[in-house]
Amino acid sequence: MIGLGHFLSVAAILFAIGMAGIFVNRKNVIIILMSIELMLLAVNINLVAFSQFLGDLTGQVFAFMVLTVAAAEAAVGLAILVAFFRNRGDIAVDDANLMKN
Amino acid sequence: MTIADTLFWLSPELMLAGGAMALLIAGVFLGDASARHISTASIVLLIIALLTVVALNNGLRQDLFGGAFRIDAYSSFAKTLILAAAAIAILMSDRFIASEQLGRFEYPVLIVLAALGMLLMVSANDLIALYMGVETQSLALYILAAFNRDSRRSTEAGLKYFVLGALSSCMLLYGASLIYGFTGATNFAAIAESAAVQRENVGLVFGLAFLVAGLAFKVSAAPFHMWTPDVYEGAPTPVTAFFAAAPKLAAMALFARALVTPFPEIVDQWRPLIAILAVASMTVGAFSAIVQSNIKRLMAYSSIGHMGFALIGLAAGTANGVGSVLVYMAIYVVMTIGAFACILLMRRRGGMTEAIEDLSGLTRTNPGLAFAFTVLLFSLAGVPPTAGFFGKFFVFQAAVEADLVWLAIFGAVMSVISAYYYLRIIWIMWFNEPAPAFEREVGARLGMTAFGSAALLFPVLLIFIGPLVSAARNAAAALF
Repeated sequence: MIGLGHFLSVAAILFAIGMAGIFVNRKNVIIILMSIELMLLAVNINLVAFSQFLGDLTGQVFAFMVLTVAAAEAAVGLAILVAFFRNRGDIAVDDANLMKN
Repeated sequence: MTIADTLFWLSPELMLAGGAMALLIAGVFLGDASARHISTASIVLLIIALLTVVALNNGLRQDLFGGAFRIDAYSSFAKTLILAAAAIAILMSDRFIASEQLGRFEYPVLIVLAALGMLLMVSANDLIALYMGVETQSLALYILAAFNRDSRRSTEAGLKYFVLGALSSCMLLYGASLIYGFTGATNFAAIAESAAVQRENVGLVFGLAFLVAGLAFKVSAAPFHMWTPDVYEGAPTPVTAFFAAAPKLAAMALFARALVTPFPEIVDQWRPLIAILAVASMTVGAFSAIVQSNIKRLMAYSSIGHMGFALIGLAAGTANGVGSVLVYMAIYVVMTIGAFACILLMRRRGGMTEAIEDLSGLTRTNPGLAFAFTVLLFSLAGVPPTAGFFGKFFVFQAAVEADLVWLAIFGAVMSVISAYYYLRIIWIMWFNEPAPAFEREVGARLGMTAFGSAALLFPVLLIFIGPLVSAARNAAAALF
């Protein structure tokens, strides 16, 4: 029987993979954008699972809001990435190093 | 409450939303030549919204949309400051925007949209409303950081801000989902009822920790401060001036509400978290700023330190504590705006200068500016009798009342250490050999902002510190 714990575990694993993707990846900023989406989707699994097991619709409404915002966030992120690419000609993470202590 | 009543109480937000759309359409039709008019219109819009906030504030609590939004003395206090700071930010950027060929009409519209997000943040009384407010503000701010799109630094700052901001939103959201799951509600009042009966629930505390981490990112408290110096340095200076003032205030106001309203019963669970954030921020702010040579980067570390001091008041978790946070943030906003007005006045032929050494001997080349900057720096350092001292005093007092004496002592030590780098700038301005003078014709508005905020910090606010404190305490009492 698949219970709430299983859903929460999947969400936690996805969230951790997304977080690791941001910090471990040194190659490509696009991968960071994908990691962010992964983390947001992990949260959505959480919300929908809780909503189902609590018998309360608010979580699903919240999940829809998150989906909408994720789309807007991706649009803004890609736009900034394009501007960055125009200036640098590259989107490697290690290239974002103009400012250092 | 009927829908008409709801919209009536929401009129400042509706004004900003509708006004921003109208200005955007006007800008599209009139082109970039209209940028100056759009910026004037944006300032007028923000001021009208500010007056509406003041007029609507009757000291009573209004719950809108089934309790998702709450209009009370607390939100009105924060909104007044946010709108004023946003209007001044547009006012200050005029000259810079023109000289750097950034004269695009989207700039003031984005500030208005960010201000809208901040108003939603400080009124949010529900996890969904909180998230939507934070995102409305953040999406506008990401674009503003990268606004100088032909500059490598600015786009890099925008990219870093976006990635780390999105990461922090994810953490905030993950925390929100756990809190929702373990309390079965998203409304703060309902969460409070449910949290009271399950104090030791690990899932709830876990969610709370994630929520605190996400919000700590937004106020740039250490150890979640990594983005701040890079974004401050890379973003165009007027944008940095805006970042340092209004969003910090809004995030701190949200932070206090999101802890105090839903979790008053488990104060023991979140107090250590806030105390750790405060200690880490003050330490990072005090020690990292010492080695900086870029003044914008120094201001970034300075703001991290100031957030640490403000968090001391929040760690107290009492009405007086939250009141002292509001007083501190109000004074902080005035200090930052003034300091950035001075930084924007650092202009030589060929562009802005940002090195601290460029301030050498400023008392001889431009005594007026040097005097204003000195007052602002004394206030940032918290030297009596400037207003900055009273900000710190009330925060420490609240900590002592809440039996956090060690935190107050630590804060006092850190404020002495951080005084070193502020005093070093003053030393450079007063006693070093003069560097070439700055251009004089950089606009009266900046000069007036710099002198106005310096005068506010010393002596005007000293006279009005009583009314400010009572207004802030009254506002904070609305939360409890």
